[in-house]
Amino acid sequence: METLLYLGCTVPVRNLNYEVSARLTAQALGITFRDLESFGCCGFPLKSINARDTMVIAARNLALAEREGLEVCGLCNACVGTLTEVAHVLESRPELKEEVNTRLASIGLRYEGPVRVRHYMRLLWEEIGVDAIRTAVKRPLAGVILAPHYGCHYLKPSELTAGFDSPEVPVTLAELILATGAEVVDYPSLKDCCGGGVLGMSEDTANALATKKLKDVAQTAAHALVLVCPFCNVMYEGQQKKIAKKAALDLKVPVVYYPQVLGLALGLSSEELGFKMNRVKPSTVLKIVEG
Amino acid sequence: MSRIKLNELDASFKDLVARQPGGEGIKACFACKACTSACPIEAVDKRYDPRKIIRMALLGMKKEVLESDFIWLCSSCYGCHEVCPQNVRFTDVMFAIKNLAVAEACIPAGLTAQKTLLKDHGRLYEVTDFENEKREKMGLPHIVEHAEDYSTLLD
Repeated sequence: METLLYLGCTVPVRNLNYEVSARLTAQALGITFRDLESFGCCGFPLKSINARDTMVIAARNLALAEREGLEVCGLCNACVGTLTEVAHVLESRPELKEEVNTRLASIGLRYEGPVRVRHYMRLLWEEIGVDAIRTAVKRPLAGVILAPHYGCHYLKPSELTAGFDSPEVPVTLAELILATGAEVVDYPSLKDCCGGGVLGMSEDTANALATKKLKDVAQTAAHALVLVCPFCNVMYEGQQKKIAKKAALDLKVPVVYYPQVLGLALGLSSEELGFKMNRVKPSTVLKIVEG
Repeated sequence: MSRIKLNELDASFKDLVARQPGGEGIKACFACKACTSACPIEAVDKRYDPRKIIRMALLGMKKEVLESDFIWLCSSCYGCHEVCPQNVRFTDVMFAIKNLAVAEACIPAGLTAQKTLLKDHGRLYEVTDFENEKREKMGLPHIVEHAEDYSTLLD
């Protein structure tokens, strides 16, 4: 299948390991990512200032996708959440769609909709499927133990994610990890928010949320925490050193992106998958897989 | 906070909130506190309490809500949204309340910076030759900024 790859702001600048591993795994599994150079920010950062501005900015990107006649595939939970939500709201509120289109006219765009938006994980789940992934695995990750972290906008609000996964009992990421041959651990704060949404306003509050999960995961047998969102990465990888220092903890929880894990199982090398960019090295994972 | 006098409050505040996109559900709240119980922020920072914010808004404590620091503590996790029996959609109500605070010039510095970045670069992070060279080395396509669209749309 072919889809437009929506990179957003953070991934293509700060998380090249996520981007490169998503591209390589998609290619290996028969998903064609088409780049659209005109895509920009999804509008999420404006939502607290003016939710109407967010709608207009999101609709700009949706209108550009509509012109290509393709659906959108995102890597960031916040981008996917925002674009999905705005597509949904504009579908049910024609008066808002008209308001948005009046503003889009100033840059020569119009959005009719609907345009479908899915997270890369949802594409893997729905278009490829766990069984096909298991079949495609060339190097099962036997002995690797991983802790999943879904992230809030991956699961909620459930009216936007209905039919995909459940906010109460999420399974997709765990199942997709299991398909690589790795083991999955459960832990008490599995469904907790990373705190990233409040980092800019109150760092202590944000860190307090991330601390709990990092401590929980450190107590399990997991060799790494598996993410699918660059916002969550800011908290668990970017803030980890600071959190450890503040809490006087000896925290060293390797943080990886799911497509990196999948890539290893598909036979790609850790170098190709950008593992040298992971700040806390997942040494045990790489030792088990690559020796 | 000094004790409020009901007749000095702005009873129309709840209607103002309900007129914002996302704020529509606020009046359906029957104060069950499911939102607060599900809130991860409230668990670590007692300044933030969803039910309290709803009650304050319904009573008409416009100034106390819009000028507070606590309205900026929502992490937008949608935990409250999922558990609300009245479909208040509190995460979106919070965005509506924050939008009203901004309209009243109560805007935290970090937020204005984000809007400026979007108008100047169309993205939260500027993409310079440095970033694109790094991308090229990894076989990734160049990123092109489209700031003109963003500055036109956000003016």
